Amino acid sequence: MEILKKYPKLFQWLFLLVVFFALCFAIDVPETYKFIRGQAEFIKDPNQSAFVFLGKEVRYYAFDVFWRLPPLLGWLPIWINDSLFFLMNDWMPMEFWNEDTQEYKTRPLVLQITRNLTAFMTFLIELIREILLGGLETIVAFTSWDWIDANPWAELPGLPWTIVAAGSAILAYKLGGKGLAIYALLSMTYISIFGQWKPSMQTLSFILVAAPLSFIFGLGLGVAAFKSKRVEKALYPILLVMQTMPQYAVLVPALVLFGVGDHAAVIITMIVAVPPMILLTLLGLRAVPPEVIEAGRMSGCNNWQLMSKVLIPTARRDILIGVNQVIMVCFSMAVISAFIGAKGLGFNLLLALNQLNIGLALEAGLCISLIAILLDKMSLAWANKQVDYFGNLNFFQRNKNSLFFGVVVIAGILLAYFGSIYFKDGYNYLFEVPHNKGISTAGFWNKGVDWIFDTFFVYIKAFNTWLIVDVLQPMRALYLRMPAIATLVLVVGAGYLIGGIRSALVVCGLTLFIALSPWWDRALVTTYMATFGVLVSCAIGFTVGTLCFQNKHSTNFMLNVCDIFQTFPSFVYLIPVMMLFGITDTSVLIAVIVYATIPATRYTIEGLRSVPAGLHDAATMSGVTKFQRLFKIEFPLAFPHMMLGLNQTIVFALFMVIIGAFIGTEDLGQYILKALSDKKGAGIGLTLGICVAFIGLIFDNLIRTWVGKRKKHLGID
Amino acid sequence: MSEPVIKCQSVYKIFGANAERMLKEANGNVDAKTFQDNGCIVGVNNASFEVSKGEMLVVMGLSGSGKSTLLRCISRLTDATGGKIFIEGQDLLNLNNKELIDLRRNKMGMVFQSFALLPHKTVLENIAFPLQIKGIKTEDSINKAMDMVKLVGLDGRENYFPRELSGGQQQRVGIARSLAVEPDIWFLDEPFSALDPLIRKEMQDEFLRLQEKLQKTIMFITHDFDEALKLADRIAIMKDGIIEQLDTPANIVLKPATEYVRKFTEEVPREKVLLIQDVMDEKTSSDIGDLKVSKDEIIENVAEKILTQEKTVAVTDSKNNVVGSINPAKIINTVFGGRKNNN
Ligand SMILES: Nc1ncnc2c1ncn2[C@@H]1O[C@H](COP(=O)(O)OP(=O)(O)OP(=O)(O)O)[C@@H](O)[C@H]1O
Ligand SMILES: [Mg+2]
Repeated sequence: MEILKKYPKLFQWLFLLVVFFALCFAIDVPETYKFIRGQAEFIKDPNQSAFVFLGKEVRYYAFDVFWRLPPLLGWLPIWINDSLFFLMNDWMPMEFWNEDTQEYKTRPLVLQITRNLTAFMTFLIELIREILLGGLETIVAFTSWDWIDANPWAELPGLPWTIVAAGSAILAYKLGGKGLAIYALLSMTYISIFGQWKPSMQTLSFILVAAPLSFIFGLGLGVAAFKSKRVEKALYPILLVMQTMPQYAVLVPALVLFGVGDHAAVIITMIVAVPPMILLTLLGLRAVPPEVIEAGRMSGCNNWQLMSKVLIPTARRDILIGVNQVIMVCFSMAVISAFIGAKGLGFNLLLALNQLNIGLALEAGLCISLIAILLDKMSLAWANKQVDYFGNLNFFQRNKNSLFFGVVVIAGILLAYFGSIYFKDGYNYLFEVPHNKGISTAGFWNKGVDWIFDTFFVYIKAFNTWLIVDVLQPMRALYLRMPAIATLVLVVGAGYLIGGIRSALVVCGLTLFIALSPWWDRALVTTYMATFGVLVSCAIGFTVGTLCFQNKHSTNFMLNVCDIFQTFPSFVYLIPVMMLFGITDTSVLIAVIVYATIPATRYTIEGLRSVPAGLHDAATMSGVTKFQRLFKIEFPLAFPHMMLGLNQTIVFALFMVIIGAFIGTEDLGQYILKALSDKKGAGIGLTLGICVAFIGLIFDNLIRTWVGKRKKHLGID
Repeated sequence: MSEPVIKCQSVYKIFGANAERMLKEANGNVDAKTFQDNGCIVGVNNASFEVSKGEMLVVMGLSGSGKSTLLRCISRLTDATGGKIFIEGQDLLNLNNKELIDLRRNKMGMVFQSFALLPHKTVLENIAFPLQIKGIKTEDSINKAMDMVKLVGLDGRENYFPRELSGGQQQRVGIARSLAVEPDIWFLDEPFSALDPLIRKEMQDEFLRLQEKLQKTIMFITHDFDEALKLADRIAIMKDGIIEQLDTPANIVLKPATEYVRKFTEEVPREKVLLIQDVMDEKTSSDIGDLKVSKDEIIENVAEKILTQEKTVAVTDSKNNVVGSINPAKIINTVFGGRKNNN
């Protein structure tokens, strides 16, 4: 009793748990209940009940309200779907001039807008693609097919790979010095020699359109939100949901709006990449000290100068993190959008994964990662670049990079020309190494995988079986055994205890949405996988982070490792695990764990680092041991920051679980994947995405509220 | 008399949601307490004064008394809640954006209490920044900035970033930046507070030398009374947003207008403030020695001379006419005694 008086919170939590378990035991599973099967299927079955809402019929299996809530939101996906179709096909038909047929045609407004938008994107992508690879779409866009037939010389030949490789090395040198230049040259050469040139350049042209556009839009909207409270208020909920929305889920509705292909992929990528950019821009601008703004004002800046010369550069740190995020998302999407027909490395990667050709997948994945790291480092170096005012340079010195590039272009063309004479068999290796003619290590990797598999088969299998039978399946069964009402009580109770009535209401709303959707069981499976991944990730990340923090070098090393790993597109993580564990839940979970360990480690280190140095010294002076210091001072103070890491870990884990559907899991992701190939999938995909986003937001809300309170309590921030 | 460069007429600055309405209702009778109860903070309360060309006005007061806020109002970094401000006869609050920008680009310079350097620019770029904003060619602005770097003694560090400089060095960059455009009106918010005593003295001397030459109109905030005495033509003492007294240093010390000012100046070494004429006897006594001192000397500067005399010392005006006398005892009395009771 003493204890309870001393820790009233503890008592409240205990009480909550008791209620939760009591409910779990009190409510039995209805005998006819079929787990996992969608609670509202769109197939008809005589055992189903049905209700009609907004003219949509929702069919569902009757069951106990305490056990599972009825799918009252079952009409939502159908409704979204119908609305989308209505928008696209029937809403506001107007007369538009048609270039091809030279006449006015009636078209719905939205359709016309999206078609124009996609045409513009296509043009941009083709332009870059044809500079890199050659082609004639761009010329045709300005002239006509007839003109090209008459003037066949006008077809763009594309740049030989030697020029692109050397050119990127020169650019890298100009931006970031020798190291970066060598890296650029090596990775470009690697890509070419290993026969990945064409898909790589396709991916690159996609990125070179998507990333700058996302950056510009993100920055612009971030600035707008900074300047106007109203814009911010309007954007905020969207930003919040988009942050935890799996990228998969956006694909489906976008498919309806923009069709398939690279252009659609660019637009979707922007939809996904812009929100974090906005958030980080806003964050950075907010953190600019008011006196710096005043100094800008007093220097006589007008509004534009103030924004471009004072605010944005001062907020550069956060904006750069935004750029990094944009690039990350772009590469991630470069792979994912292969599902909707984007060309390039992503397509090859998916294909190889589908055929279980791990070696090929590995090669494609490596190329993506190489380019991703290169672009990331180049953008960083560009932003940190300095001007030298005193170098008294002559014309040659000032323009040496451009001159050098000129030389490279001529040399490259000559080389390609000689190549065309030298290589008689039809492939000019000095111009472009064809896809299947490069050196391939795929065979080697595949053999390696086979060898590992053969040699360690027994152990891998034993581990796999143990994990699935003894850990995962019981855990999954436990999650599924929770009555909906008990889950609701637990979540809302936690919300109330952490953040009061406000938090409780928010969390309750989010949970109810999922509970009333037709996919509660699947959401539980998603949650179970994510929880398992998060638990393991946190344990690893926390330990590794703490250990690395003991030494300055290892700290920096670890942060760098995190940086690099973060640049890998999420799909790449599936490759090695599939190598080892094949198509099982274990594979997905291990990918989840690896992927989610990154933020866990990073935030642990950063949290520990954020403990003020003064405190550190003060503690050392008062004679505490290293362990005491760690447990008494550093952990408690770093804990709020680490919890934000947990937040990120959860988001990362959820994303990977959803992507894991590609391997084959029975959760929300599987349905999203299914919706991709379903004509009427848009509504389902979007609703599923929102469900996943809400799972993330529930944790997000709880953790953020807790961290806010804790920080106030500790007096930091 | 020519027009004052800065002229304030009952300037108010009140922070808070419905400051304007409350100010109107208060009818010129602003009480900090009642405003605070309504969620408003009074920054500046009914400030009226003028600063003429070439004059240096030093503003003093405790932390939070509204000094920086007053400066911000006059530079229109914040809009005053009430009152009128004229800069060289122009109504500041009626300027449109473009005119305001012109004014700042060409007429005003400001040194900030917390330096406010641009973190992404080097020392040189920071100093050249206002010039570049004005549209001056890169080369010219960099050359000019380099001169400024030399002026504040930072040569050799022009390519450092602010984060690589000590507080004092950063403040010198701030000073150089504000001087780069050669403003006529110069606002300085505790410019020397981050400097060590040696450099501070150097900068003060440099500052006086510059002022002698350039004759700028200056508003200067400081917490250091010695500094104020050394630099000021007039001193304003603020409390809770109200200017309690604005007068010459001598009058502030000798004739404090309010109890607060008296307390504030209690510890001020009077020999540093007072001139001989402030303490001399009007009548010339009979046994006067040979030594003559000017009535415009600060006591501190001539005290030693006078104290070595046994006789009373003659006081002269600028035309060398004897206008009074001073007794060594009076000097001792001024310096060591009499601080508590005036005169
Ligand atoms: N932006 C603001 N919003 C609300 N209150 C403010 C704001 N700026 C200043 N104040 C308040 O106005 C009062 C005067 O502040 P000001 O900065 O002018 O003081 P100061 O005299 O310059 O002090 P210091 O010597 O510490 O610089 C303070 O009570 C402060 O809390
Ligand atoms: Mg101040």
